[in-house]
Amino acid sequence: MKNIFIFIRIYFNFISFVALQICCILILNKYSKTHEVYFAGITNEMVGKVNKKYDNVYSYLNLQQINNQLAQENARLRDSLKSSSIIVSSKVDSTSTFKPDSASLPIRKYSYLYARVVGNYVSSPINMLTLERGRLQGVEKDMAVVGPQGIVGEVVEVSDNYCRVKSLLHRKSSVSAMLKRDKNAGNIEWDGVNPSYVLMKNIPKSAKIFKGDTVVTSTYSNYPPNVMVGTIEAIRKDNSSNFFTLKLKTATNFFNLQYVYVVKNYRYNEQHMLEESKLKLND
Amino acid sequence: MTNIVKYIFRFILFVLVQEFILDKVPPVNQYVVPYLYFLFILWLPFSINRFALMLIGFITGISIDYFSGTPGLHAAPCVLIAYLRPFILNLLIPQETTEQSYVEPSIQSMGPGAYSFYIILFTFLHHAYLIFIEWLQFGNLRYFFTKVGVTTLLSIVLISATEIMFYRKAKYRTNTA
Repeated sequence: MKNIFIFIRIYFNFISFVALQICCILILNKYSKTHEVYFAGITNEMVGKVNKKYDNVYSYLNLQQINNQLAQENARLRDSLKSSSIIVSSKVDSTSTFKPDSASLPIRKYSYLYARVVGNYVSSPINMLTLERGRLQGVEKDMAVVGPQGIVGEVVEVSDNYCRVKSLLHRKSSVSAMLKRDKNAGNIEWDGVNPSYVLMKNIPKSAKIFKGDTVVTSTYSNYPPNVMVGTIEAIRKDNSSNFFTLKLKTATNFFNLQYVYVVKNYRYNEQHMLEESKLKLND
Repeated sequence: MTNIVKYIFRFILFVLVQEFILDKVPPVNQYVVPYLYFLFILWLPFSINRFALMLIGFITGISIDYFSGTPGLHAAPCVLIAYLRPFILNLLIPQETTEQSYVEPSIQSMGPGAYSFYIILFTFLHHAYLIFIEWLQFGNLRYFFTKVGVTTLLSIVLISATEIMFYRKAKYRTNTA
């Protein structure tokens, strides 16, 4: 027994070094494996507050660009308003007795919550954003985040007033997307090389693809369908497989992101539960 | 007492500069990431307890991690350099005097040759271990070597600039202290 104490006393520094190292690696592993709420509420709130102070200063420098982005988005939204389009077809019969009743009214599936970006990283291989919206404002885990120009990421942790978002520029991000031209669905990943480009995988070689084609989110994804992801920049043929790998230029400019929208999917829980229960049946 | 305040102030300054200036630099390239915060550990006094040194290293790393959302990634290399620091310093500081007469490592207290060796060695160790952990999760071998080389070079330039801009007056340790 005495020897053990002597041993510990002699090697105390080395033992504490190893213990701290193991501690670091465990934290790192736990975090990158599960993306669970690792950040306890307190640190998240604190870091969020400091980030916000910094952002208050920083946002002044970008006001011009932000105004432009918002104006562009307003213009696009006005475009998509029903009232801004007219029916040209002469077949419209004004005497038609058909009137839509309440059963055919559209059911709301998504709602948007605007949020300010108070922390944003693009320089590391695992990039996260911090938004100034949290549990108290109705943000939940796994909600999709879209920006004025295109998709941004997915909420991974929530505290009372802040949330952390796994950016599209994350080594483990994976988003289902499709070609706008022929609805062929593939998977969006990031290779960690350039924050302006992402990769789209699993597009069958039978698909007709042209440079500059638009890629939007598919109906399978967590995002609302038909949200802009990016445009095709280059097409890589892999002779050993039946799939193309596409290099996309992201629609979102991650360098000057200031305001984003957190998307609430009212049907998410229902769909999620159904998919989970199917797994259980397979066991 | 004033010393402790000075070190706390220095700690906050290093973390804030790293997080809000250096990490916000638009990335020129995936290989170029400027790191400076670990200089705080290298500038701690000679006489510090080894366990305390490791603990301070851990806290420094974890506070950087909390800002960048990667807990443990920066803490591990900080603990490593904090652990190895006393060994290397024992080799490098002149042994003629029985007791150290200077408070902390600097060009004056160690001499330009020994001090630059000390800085380059620990910059390399820190970056190599940090990028090694990052690389274990993804990446190829070329990525690893290039990134270690480029970031080490960039950090050494940054540290030299810091040394010139913030000249530290080397303090003697007196018997009365």
